Amino acid sequence: MNPIKTFKKGGVHPEENKLSAELPIQDFPMPKQIIVPLGQCLGAPAECIVNKGDRVLTGQLIGTAKGFVSANVHSPATGTVAKVDVVMDHTGYYKPAVFIDREEQDEWVEGVIETDDLLTDIKLDSKQIIDKVKECGIVGMGGATFPTHVKMMVPEGKKAEYVIINAAECEPYLTCDYRLLLEKTQEFLMGVKIVMKGVGTEKGIIGIETNKMKAIELLEKTINEHKELYAGITVQPLKTKYPQGGEKQIIKAITGREVPSGKLPIETGCVVVNVASTYAIYEAVQKNKPLIERIVTVTGKSVKKPGNFRVRFGVPADLLIEAAGGLPEDITDVINGGPMMGKSVSVTNFPTMKGTSGILLMTLREAQDRRQTNCIRCGRCAGACPMGLQPFLLHKVAKQNDFDETEKNHIMDCIECGSCEYTCPANIPLLDYIRYGKAKTGAIIKARNQK
Amino acid sequence: MNKYTISGSPHVHSPENTRKIMYRVLLALLPALLVAIYYFGWDAIKLTIVSVGTCILVEWLIQKFLIKGPLTINDGSAALTGLLLAFNVPANLPIWMAIVGSIVAIGIGKMAFGGLGKNPFNPALVGRVFMLVSFPTAMTTWPPVHPLFGGKVVPDAVVGATPLGILKEQGVQKLEELHQMQFLDMVLGNRGGAFGEICAIALLLGAIYLIARKVIDIATPLSILLTVFVFTGICYLIDPTQYIAPWYHLVYGGLILGAFFMATDMVTSPMTTKGKILFGFGIGVITVVIRLWGAYPEGVSFAILIMNAFTPLINKAFKPQVFGVVKPSKK
Amino acid sequence: MSNTLLISLAVLGILGGILAVILYFVAQKFKVEENPLIDEAEACLPGANCGGCGFAGCRALAEACVKQAAEKGNIDGLACPGTDMGKVAAVLGLTAAAFEPKIAVVRCNGSCQNSPSKVHYEGADICAFANTLYAGKGGCSKGCLGLGDCVKKCNFDALHIDEETGLPVVDPDKCVGCGVCAKTCPRGIIEVRPRGKKDRRVYVCCSNTDKGALVVKNCSVGCIGCQKCLKECPFEAIEMRGNLAYIDPAKCKACGKCAKVCPRGSIHAVNFPAPKPEAPALQGAEPVAKPQPKPEAQPVEAKTNVESENTVIA
Repeated sequence: MNPIKTFKKGGVHPEENKLSAELPIQDFPMPKQIIVPLGQCLGAPAECIVNKGDRVLTGQLIGTAKGFVSANVHSPATGTVAKVDVVMDHTGYYKPAVFIDREEQDEWVEGVIETDDLLTDIKLDSKQIIDKVKECGIVGMGGATFPTHVKMMVPEGKKAEYVIINAAECEPYLTCDYRLLLEKTQEFLMGVKIVMKGVGTEKGIIGIETNKMKAIELLEKTINEHKELYAGITVQPLKTKYPQGGEKQIIKAITGREVPSGKLPIETGCVVVNVASTYAIYEAVQKNKPLIERIVTVTGKSVKKPGNFRVRFGVPADLLIEAAGGLPEDITDVINGGPMMGKSVSVTNFPTMKGTSGILLMTLREAQDRRQTNCIRCGRCAGACPMGLQPFLLHKVAKQNDFDETEKNHIMDCIECGSCEYTCPANIPLLDYIRYGKAKTGAIIKARNQK
Repeated sequence: MNKYTISGSPHVHSPENTRKIMYRVLLALLPALLVAIYYFGWDAIKLTIVSVGTCILVEWLIQKFLIKGPLTINDGSAALTGLLLAFNVPANLPIWMAIVGSIVAIGIGKMAFGGLGKNPFNPALVGRVFMLVSFPTAMTTWPPVHPLFGGKVVPDAVVGATPLGILKEQGVQKLEELHQMQFLDMVLGNRGGAFGEICAIALLLGAIYLIARKVIDIATPLSILLTVFVFTGICYLIDPTQYIAPWYHLVYGGLILGAFFMATDMVTSPMTTKGKILFGFGIGVITVVIRLWGAYPEGVSFAILIMNAFTPLINKAFKPQVFGVVKPSKK
Repeated sequence: MSNTLLISLAVLGILGGILAVILYFVAQKFKVEENPLIDEAEACLPGANCGGCGFAGCRALAEACVKQAAEKGNIDGLACPGTDMGKVAAVLGLTAAAFEPKIAVVRCNGSCQNSPSKVHYEGADICAFANTLYAGKGGCSKGCLGLGDCVKKCNFDALHIDEETGLPVVDPDKCVGCGVCAKTCPRGIIEVRPRGKKDRRVYVCCSNTDKGALVVKNCSVGCIGCQKCLKECPFEAIEMRGNLAYIDPAKCKACGKCAKVCPRGSIHAVNFPAPKPEAPALQGAEPVAKPQPKPEAQPVEAKTNVESENTVIA
């Protein structure tokens, strides 16, 4: 095993609570009607190309990407389009979606290779790989949902030196990536190879936290057993610290390079991809399978049967919660994602999407007692910030609507990891104010650049 | 159906909160309090109770009737101010003076600025300095130690003075004569002084607990102690007859109490490590200057208050290094 | 003793006198020459520096008026929303367009009673932030969040959040219609509309453009887009924006007919006289509306429209 690396600046260590780590992935059956949102990625939502009454096949394109930063949406099931309407998603807002009445059997769209065998021959070249990734609507499945094909397109004049696979999964509770690494190891490694070919580099590093020793050992063993097939891929164990899975932090830990403020990771020669996205890339490139399903972890301390489910998109989350033993009595917080960066939801029947990494059910005691007191200027927030910012200062000037000061103090560099608010002894909602400041400062900067 | 809570992430929190921090500091001061009770008996207990009680009462009154805000007396900061204030006074101080000092410490030193976290100066020191200036005789007349359970007492001629007081007024010779130079005695507290500052060992025990629990950062106290040691060491080397050895300076007076418990007050000290080092350096220098060449025998309180005034400036000067920002090199 | 006193007083007095004379001459010499009209114009303005005119304060507007008056001979295009510009024009020896007093109108009646809260909010008390976090306590994605960004920004102390309804209330005596609250609201709920003849105005008290079926899920008084009002209006003053009715203040003649036919009670007619009682059984201020809106809506509406001593026809 390679020596353990980490990032030096900031970071916190919340309780890991990987309750579902040893639970194998279960296939989740779809209900009679699935609701597929059209906006499943960062950027513009896809434009619907089907109408009420159309019959769609599994994997058929139902929404085309609109604009540069956008992704295609495909039908996760075979059936008839019941309507194209709005649905309340996890943000609490109504968003456009395609409602599909399912047929029992999957009829795959033409071109999809239906096999469970490992396909090790990569027939496409670099450009074709990126086009296939775009065609199949692959996005960053760690939660950010940034379209992967945009990430893989290395701009003129820059070179990708490393492909870094973000297997850190630093969020407490979530285990979807971990299970995928254990159960689909070879497919995942093939995915890494494909990404490496796509961006044009010979070096792929899998950054993984030391709380997933089983996965580290299995990956190393598999790579060693197939040295020629997986040449160039190495496993880099990382110290278990939040937010190790942050793009900038993982690049710094593995390569020692810092992504310059305001710039993209490609400046350091690195392309960072999530585990689930890598697996989806394998399926897309080798089998022409578009992105229509993902692993979702349903977990929480009072959940009776936590689990990792393979779910097709459009399945309402309350069905998953039912399968996990039902909604416990004392739940006050339902969170889409992990506890550090996940979003609170108002209703439990939101549809699962590309970015739904987990559904976390928490009680009041755990979801923190938000009785706010005065800032005691202890500086713990600044010590915890992995970007070297001063949250106590940023929150104060954002509250005062002084957006010159926020810009001067690099508020736009905040990665919204939540480490500051996590450590604040006075329970001040630092990240809320910083997010507000970021939105306003960003708008001012955008308006200024447009002039 | 349950009403869910909508809040911004993160949705978990570390177990730390302000109250725990304050109570940990109170716990760390407990050994020193026990030593004080041992040496000064009922006087120490009386003053501690009055001081802590008045501080809490004043804060409660101001919160309830003037500010009309939520009650904050539970967070332990008023109690801490009271205890630290009590530690800074002679054990035979009249009770009413302690009450006045507490009212000033909380009322002016803390609540006038807006409550916890808004004061620029350490409230306990504001109270202490107020009392020192208003009641100079009472604040500088030190009772002899009278241990509760017998034990060795420093010879009778020492009634009413601290080692630093003797040093300032009568010089090094007198100090040696009066057997104030037995290091072990000095460390254990068998000397004159404010009842909280005399026992170095007890205070250090508490300090080690706080550093281990990550309540305080070692940067400030270390910087203060090193600065004082180096400067007094230089003076001692230059003229051993005029100046005493640096290790005595470390244990005399309120330096250890000030360095570990007053200068580290989070509200009034800088946020970054570099800032803390500079802060500690400043305190050390001013303390040494006042001790060696100033009118007062002890300078820690003044030094800390003066450096508290510089804290905002230090915070502005020493900002942490932002990730991904390369400081433009000066051509 | 008294000698010392007299001498001290004399010295200080003379010193003060000399310095005063010096200061006077210096002030005169370095005085910035300004058109005295600017001061006079500024005196006509409220002095709140709210920015509603588009300038950085009342003095800046006064300067711009004087400048434009000198250059073009009119003060067209320069207006303080809360002042009759005729006064400023008179100072400058000109005439100005007729003053149309305006007032801010909160186009949401999704109170705690009409749009009961479904979730518990525990984030920062800023509407702009809450807007990014969730749709709102009642579930309506275009409704008022009730955290008071508008209240904080008002320079005239004309807004406050009503504790029972959770909605902002505009004080008609203080509001000048500067528009700062309208710009602040992250959902664009507040609109500056003309006060209307006799201080009567009619507006749709809803900002939700979603389909009716979605609106009723979350609020009992939201506009469902049935268009009854549009068909009723004799002046074609109502247009549909999405599924939301909007009354154009330029065309509206404040007849109040639309408010009577609205099945949800979404249209508010402010400062209209109470309808004449048709039957003796009617109690005091209870309005008769056909069709009858939900009874719970009544007391709330009466409360939110504090600007009228007469009741609202709903």
